Amino acid sequence: MSAPKHKLRVPRPKTGAVSLLVGTRKGAFFLRSDKERAGWQLTGSEFLGHVVHHVVQDPRDRKVILVAARTGHLGPTVFRSEDGGKTWKESRKPPAFDPPTEGASVRTVNHVFWLTPGAVAEPGVWYAGSSPQGLFRSRDGGKTWKPVNGLNQHPLLDTWTGGDKDGTPDGPKLHSILVDPRDESHLYLGMSGGGFFESTNTGRTWSPLNRGCVADFIPGWTLDMEYGHDPHQVGLSPTNPDRLWQQNHCGIYRMDREEGEWVRVGENMPEEVGDIGFGIILHPRDPDTVWVFPMDGSSVWPRTSPDGMPALYRTRDGGATWERQDRGLPKEHAWWTVKRQCMAQDAQDPVGLYLGTTSGEVWASRNDGKSWKCAARHLPHIYSVEVAGVVQ
Amino acid sequence: MIVHVPTPLRSYTDEAARVEVEGDTLDDVLRALDKRYPGLRFRIVDEAQRLRTHIKLFVGHAATDDLNASVKDVEDVHIICALSGG
Repeated sequence: MSAPKHKLRVPRPKTGAVSLLVGTRKGAFFLRSDKERAGWQLTGSEFLGHVVHHVVQDPRDRKVILVAARTGHLGPTVFRSEDGGKTWKESRKPPAFDPPTEGASVRTVNHVFWLTPGAVAEPGVWYAGSSPQGLFRSRDGGKTWKPVNGLNQHPLLDTWTGGDKDGTPDGPKLHSILVDPRDESHLYLGMSGGGFFESTNTGRTWSPLNRGCVADFIPGWTLDMEYGHDPHQVGLSPTNPDRLWQQNHCGIYRMDREEGEWVRVGENMPEEVGDIGFGIILHPRDPDTVWVFPMDGSSVWPRTSPDGMPALYRTRDGGATWERQDRGLPKEHAWWTVKRQCMAQDAQDPVGLYLGTTSGEVWASRNDGKSWKCAARHLPHIYSVEVAGVVQ
Repeated sequence: MIVHVPTPLRSYTDEAARVEVEGDTLDDVLRALDKRYPGLRFRIVDEAQRLRTHIKLFVGHAATDDLNASVKDVEDVHIICALSGG
């Protein structure tokens, strides 16, 4: 990696109503707020009965929304809308692996797990991450997809990922596909398992970027180990893309690219809470501010709010200190699991934060996480929550 | 022959439960279906040309997962989505 390119202009905060795109185990749902982000209206479902892993709006063309879906019986696919979700069409050529190279294992897409719009400079480009780990690119707004074989057929991919046993209970995943907003050829991605990887040539070649991360589930692990890690979610600061934040299976980390290694800032979290979780929310303007949602990673990994008391933790100083934010959230007997795609933020001031639980509730804060209200309940198991600009 | 289409796939067939197509093998039949209803085949056959986990095919009354199975002189092919999940 060369020297840092440059930081980006800090955008003016957005205002007005917000839409949330909610993917669930039984379909997609949509929440729209009033202008004050105080009241919420639920619509849906779309694709009722489909397992919907991700619903993402194209920030370059707000009328375009992509949905990663499958059903219990049928294979994976991607649906797309060009009218803000009024009508949908299936991709003509959904993500699928090419035949394997000689000696490599046969891999087929079980489900599309992650969707990322490409850079502003490349309208129509999208990336998809699959289970098992695979990367796919569309150049036509999601109508057709091609495998990125610089990763999918990389001779070390099986070594990096460790095979099917090194995945999540729902299968190994490729996620956190990040496009450097200053350079569309500069990509990052996370693999659970496998680790965090970087390409500086639009995916032709990849290098691991895991130095400093703990991987204590691997015998003989060291902080210098190059691959095999389990990043749960990684984000680039929107205004300083040379700062990365990571919620890992083994803690919370920050990396400044000029330093070149991850620093476990989660060690500054309260010891009784720990620094295990799935998602991480980056502030839209301040690279020093992030939010995490800790979950119990002890013994057999319950992956529920520690002691049944859900809370977010926020740092505003790059991870040196953390403050608990739980006003409005249940005070006891709330055994929440919040998956990695189920934490989102808007770009307003104060920032609106959003959580989706596996028990089917969406919670919202419109004041930087200071207080929380339930925006929807009784939904199916939530797999993803994304913020969308409102389409008129 | 008549292909009997299960409900999860009828969004492709304009809700038709029975579709008439021709072919010598099961694969011919599925490809003919896909030509008429693009996208249908990939939902039941993966990119390694294997029948997906919860799909069964019946040639007449005999279940098979062999896409090269002959369907000559067969009147009915059933696509079955096995019950799964919750």
